[in-house]
Amino acid sequence: MNWETVIGLEIHTQLATQSKIFSGAPTAYGAEPNTQACPVDLGLPGVLPVLNREAVRMAVKFGLAVEARIAPRSEFARKNYFYQDLPKGYQISQYDWPLVEGGHLDIDLEDGSRKRIGITRAHLEEDAGKSLHEDFHGMTGVDLNRAGTPLMEIVSEPDLRSPAEAAAYMKKLHALVRYLEICDGNMQEGSFRCDANVSVRPAGSEAFGTRTELKNLNSFRFVERALAYEVERQIDLLESGGQVVQETRLYDVDQGVTRTMRTKEEADDYRYFPEPDLLPVEIGADFVADVRETLPELPDEKRRRFIEEYGLPAYDAGVLTATRELAEFYESAVTESGGYAKRTANWIMSEFLAYLNKDSLELADSPVTPEMLGTLIARIEDETVSGRVAKDVFEAMWSGEGGPDEVIERKGLKQVTDTAAIEAMVDEAIANNPQQLEQYRAGKEKLFGFFVGQVMKASGGKANPQLVNELLKRKLDES
Amino acid sequence: MAIETADVEGIAHLARIEIDEQARAGYARDLSGILSFVEQMNAVDTSEVEPMAHPLDATQRLRPDEATEPDRRDRYQAGAPAVEAGLYLVPRVVE
Repeated sequence: MNWETVIGLEIHTQLATQSKIFSGAPTAYGAEPNTQACPVDLGLPGVLPVLNREAVRMAVKFGLAVEARIAPRSEFARKNYFYQDLPKGYQISQYDWPLVEGGHLDIDLEDGSRKRIGITRAHLEEDAGKSLHEDFHGMTGVDLNRAGTPLMEIVSEPDLRSPAEAAAYMKKLHALVRYLEICDGNMQEGSFRCDANVSVRPAGSEAFGTRTELKNLNSFRFVERALAYEVERQIDLLESGGQVVQETRLYDVDQGVTRTMRTKEEADDYRYFPEPDLLPVEIGADFVADVRETLPELPDEKRRRFIEEYGLPAYDAGVLTATRELAEFYESAVTESGGYAKRTANWIMSEFLAYLNKDSLELADSPVTPEMLGTLIARIEDETVSGRVAKDVFEAMWSGEGGPDEVIERKGLKQVTDTAAIEAMVDEAIANNPQQLEQYRAGKEKLFGFFVGQVMKASGGKANPQLVNELLKRKLDES
Repeated sequence: MAIETADVEGIAHLARIEIDEQARAGYARDLSGILSFVEQMNAVDTSEVEPMAHPLDATQRLRPDEATEPDRRDRYQAGAPAVEAGLYLVPRVVE
């Protein structure tokens, strides 16, 4: 039988605020345990939550970016459950009236087509603390620094039809929240976390199959692998006459399998009810208009513009707009180069990204600035250096030896474009290799490359390649 | 809607409270009574009424995003039954 995969993702993004969603405690990552947990976060009696304006603003910003409806009136609710890292015994979340409803995100599929994925809703809630299960004399340690950190949960429609589509959606969303500067996207630190609902059904069937929920898929690779495993597991189960049980499963990274974590509690087990400590949130048109003013150029628009304005292939435009920082780097470098858009794109996509990758550096920590790269490209274009020598200059810049002009000057890498000087080297190469000359003239034309090599070697790689070619051709072919 | 003793057990479990077996039937009766009292409202047509989430006719005030709470961990932990290395210690929970 042919099976169709149905996937929906729930993505939790930590919002990049200075303080918590309901308290004035700071949110910096990596602080000493419990030094950023105030009485509100600790759930002490008598405290009241006060909503952080910035968290609301960020969620609205996201809503506008995915063309969703911003609820003029939304409400918070209590989600009740008992766990030691949730001291109040409930999480303040949103239930019936989320802040953001009904948006969409377009993803690019491998065959080059686009697909629109619905976003059901995005709501605000607070994060829980962390439990450390190492042995503290048979007890569990609790760090509540993370408790109360603002989260935006983004729920997709069950529109994703393969693990690859799910990964593409997750990547697109990841890029978007970083473009919007509402989330740092750091998956290792848990700023961007993904749960997936997955089921299979016979192809052509309208009804959904029983779904399982996969928890904590915290890298793009794991999402794809975990989903692929789970889809396979469900199909095997159904084809051998079994039933899928609705449950929560955890992906085991080492074994590459998913395992039962707990059977799914029904939603009403959480006994949601409106949060009496918070009033309804009203968002006026002026608030929305103010946020709209702050929207940056979004990835899709930027990509389109790169194709039109710089004449880049779609692939290049996609790579260069993957993050806002890289796109800005590219645009500054192009300007500096004097507008050599395609050559700049090539340099960034080959040399620059390879060096970053090799040294595991973030863009912000790159020793080569856009100005340096742009100037180097200008030097290739004005024939100060050849493309080959430019790679050495780049390497020197990367090692902190200064800007391109400085490196070229100090290392004497300036290209020789003096015809007389090159002619002398050509004459010398021909005179020194009479045997090869004879063979060449006898028709062994591939020896042309040998002579080019000799001249380049004599010039220390600095001779202008076009001139070398021209002069050699003339001299070798004259009898 | 009638509440059975099994429902009482379920609710008590979710709320982590212990209820004597003998008392369960009484709670089931009382809770059923409360629900049927509330159910009388179903007779009223509320299709035109906006649901009320809060009894106060006011809206939420928003706070500027400033970290204003200093670290007072030692004071907060003074009242905790067990702490170590800055962590609150609780009975071991294994999921």
